[in-house]
Amino acid sequence: MSKIKFQRKHLSIPYAAFLLLFVVLPLILIVYYALTDVNGTISLKNFINFFKDKNKLGLLSFSVIIGVANTVLCLLIGYPIAMILSNRKYNKSMVMVLLFVMPMWINFVLRTAATRDLLYWLGINGGENPYLATMIGMVYNYLPFTILPLYTTMLKMDKSLIEASYDLGAKPYQTFYKTIIPMTMPGIVSAATMVFMPTMSSFVISDIMGERKISLIGNAIQFNFDQSRWHDGSLIALIMLLIIGIITLLTKNIQKEENVRGGLW
Amino acid sequence: MKKGNIIIELTNISKEFDGNLVVEDFNLYVRKGEFITFLGPSGCGKTTTLRMIAGFEMPTQGSIMLNGEDITNLPPYKRPINTVFQRYALFPHLDVYDNVAFGLKLKKVKDIVKKNGEIKEIERKLTVKEIDEKVMKALKIVDLEEFETRDISTLSGGQQQRVAIARAIVNEPEILLLDEPLGALDLKMRKDMQLELKEMHKKLGITFIYVTHDQEEALTMSDTIVVMKDGIIQQIGTPTDIYNEPKNAFVADFIGESNIYNGTITGNKEVLFLNHVFECVDDFPKNEKVDVVIRPEDIFLMDEDKGMVKGKLVSKTFKGVYYEYVLMVGKNEVVIHDTKEYDIDQIMSIYIKPFDIHIMKKEFVSNVYEGYINKNNDVCFAEGEFECDVTQLIPNSHVDEEGYLVDEKGIKYDLTDADVKVEIGLKDIEIIDNEEDGNVSGEIVSIIYKGDHYQVIIRTEEYDDFVVDTEYTWNEFDKVSVKVPKECIKITLKHEVKNYVKD
Repeated sequence: MSKIKFQRKHLSIPYAAFLLLFVVLPLILIVYYALTDVNGTISLKNFINFFKDKNKLGLLSFSVIIGVANTVLCLLIGYPIAMILSNRKYNKSMVMVLLFVMPMWINFVLRTAATRDLLYWLGINGGENPYLATMIGMVYNYLPFTILPLYTTMLKMDKSLIEASYDLGAKPYQTFYKTIIPMTMPGIVSAATMVFMPTMSSFVISDIMGERKISLIGNAIQFNFDQSRWHDGSLIALIMLLIIGIITLLTKNIQKEENVRGGLW
Repeated sequence: MKKGNIIIELTNISKEFDGNLVVEDFNLYVRKGEFITFLGPSGCGKTTTLRMIAGFEMPTQGSIMLNGEDITNLPPYKRPINTVFQRYALFPHLDVYDNVAFGLKLKKVKDIVKKNGEIKEIERKLTVKEIDEKVMKALKIVDLEEFETRDISTLSGGQQQRVAIARAIVNEPEILLLDEPLGALDLKMRKDMQLELKEMHKKLGITFIYVTHDQEEALTMSDTIVVMKDGIIQQIGTPTDIYNEPKNAFVADFIGESNIYNGTITGNKEVLFLNHVFECVDDFPKNEKVDVVIRPEDIFLMDEDKGMVKGKLVSKTFKGVYYEYVLMVGKNEVVIHDTKEYDIDQIMSIYIKPFDIHIMKKEFVSNVYEGYINKNNDVCFAEGEFECDVTQLIPNSHVDEEGYLVDEKGIKYDLTDADVKVEIGLKDIEIIDNEEDGNVSGEIVSIIYKGDHYQVIIRTEEYDDFVVDTEYTWNEFDKVSVKVPKECIKITLKHEVKNYVKD
């Protein structure tokens, strides 16, 4: 009987198994279903149908618009907050950071339902104003994901660069867009990716907040799988995956400065 | 003193951070084109002063005048002053060219144009061509002509340093501030850059204000040195003045090597130290206790009978150009630099010229504090409680069993909360390794070797100082505590004794 000697590389077995089972296999399945029809023959028909279907293309572009709008709003609101939080003068105890991040700890569905009821109480009826209510719900849910990467980037930013900018004659607003914005670009990029992609594919927020009057691409995926239309659902999922992949590749080029890490990948 | 050609003047500048005085009553003027250096150990307030000139910090008190105009409250971007930062602070998102051009792109210049026969003065930005010329010229000055398109992260420390200098001088500032700019470079590089900076200063004619803790750097480069300690200017002078005529033991110890001894003036231009009366050139009142400073290179070694004081040569170290000898005169060490080689363990003697003996008033004669007596008849000062003998306040008195002081006539005094002045001799304080065992704990902030003992300053959290003469070696930043024997605490009442009569 030969004894199997424990080696360092054996430690990787659980991780490899995990990756295989939960990442690689589902991906293969998605690609397989996306590229086959009901009979199991390989065809690109699904693809062609998707891009011929005006409703589906409209849904995709609407999702992109919602995603962009949410990203822009989150950045506009989150950037100043992150700036204040990263300033030791205003945020001495880190309690403020906790307050902004704490909503993330509450159950997502419950939180969204509570937001809807709160808006209803404030006079914004999700059924009557589905777009406004969905937007508020989206911003509220994704704001912490914007603030955190921005906050960590700003904490790591060398404050003497801001002084150097002033020293060279840049007024405060010039310092902001010539120094602070470029320096925090990695944070902005990772905040944007963390908000944009999940917004597009989310369906719970639009369902709950918009009282099912708004449909995003995420709703379409869910709908297809609910109806056991595996092939159509997988195709949309694959298209989303490609979009995400392309965006990630593009943003990688923006984050070329290696000494200013703060991004999430 | 003539004050012609003054570019910047600081008057009564003080700066407080959270109640701690970092810079105290700083007065200085700088002439146009001067190379001035703020020199001092870390935490002496030199960088804070520089930052106030740059505009990053506002002084708590006092004013800064630039060319006769008050700029105390002007933001940094409005001051014609540029800074070379300690860790360069180059913009990592810009390449070398854009880093250097940063200030120029923001700059507005006044220009006179002729329009329809009318002569008008307008403000305009620099043209691309003008910027290009200036950037190239600046890069040429710092020897980085081929580096315009390089990324900052691909440059070595020395090259980044040069970019930082180019970025500052390209704006043609009236004053260039340099905050320990060579601190991150290795020794060889530092020496080269020192000379280059000095050369640059000559060529550009800009006023340089330089901050460093390296005394050699200060001596090499400056026209004027400002020696600072604890936020207070110790001495302002040329490098030669500061080296040859240090104003106090701190300056002498900080600038170069020196022998420092306790001395006593014994007569007209005569001082006693190393058990010998030396002739000197400074005039001090008779019997005054003084600090005597002699540079190691000013002491001559001679055969046993030829010199003034005899001693045994106990150590010899080869230092390249010279040998460093230690001669024991009684209990005192004398450090001597001499180019000739002698054998150790022989008796030799030394000779010192009168004008090489520098005599300074003693900074500390004893420790003085304000305190009060508590109900246990202990004295409280400098955050500590000390046992003391309260009977010294009234002659021939004693303490009764209730704790009242009773004088010879039987009058009782209640000294609780009485304000007193406390005096303790430098030699009467004991330093204890363990922070808990003494009366008060603190940190050692300064050590000066004085021939046969060390003068150590222990600072408590509340900035009370204990100056101690001790034979034992301690290290700077050691956390220690101090203890004072009961009989060594001298107290005197601040108010009349009749205020405390118990009725």
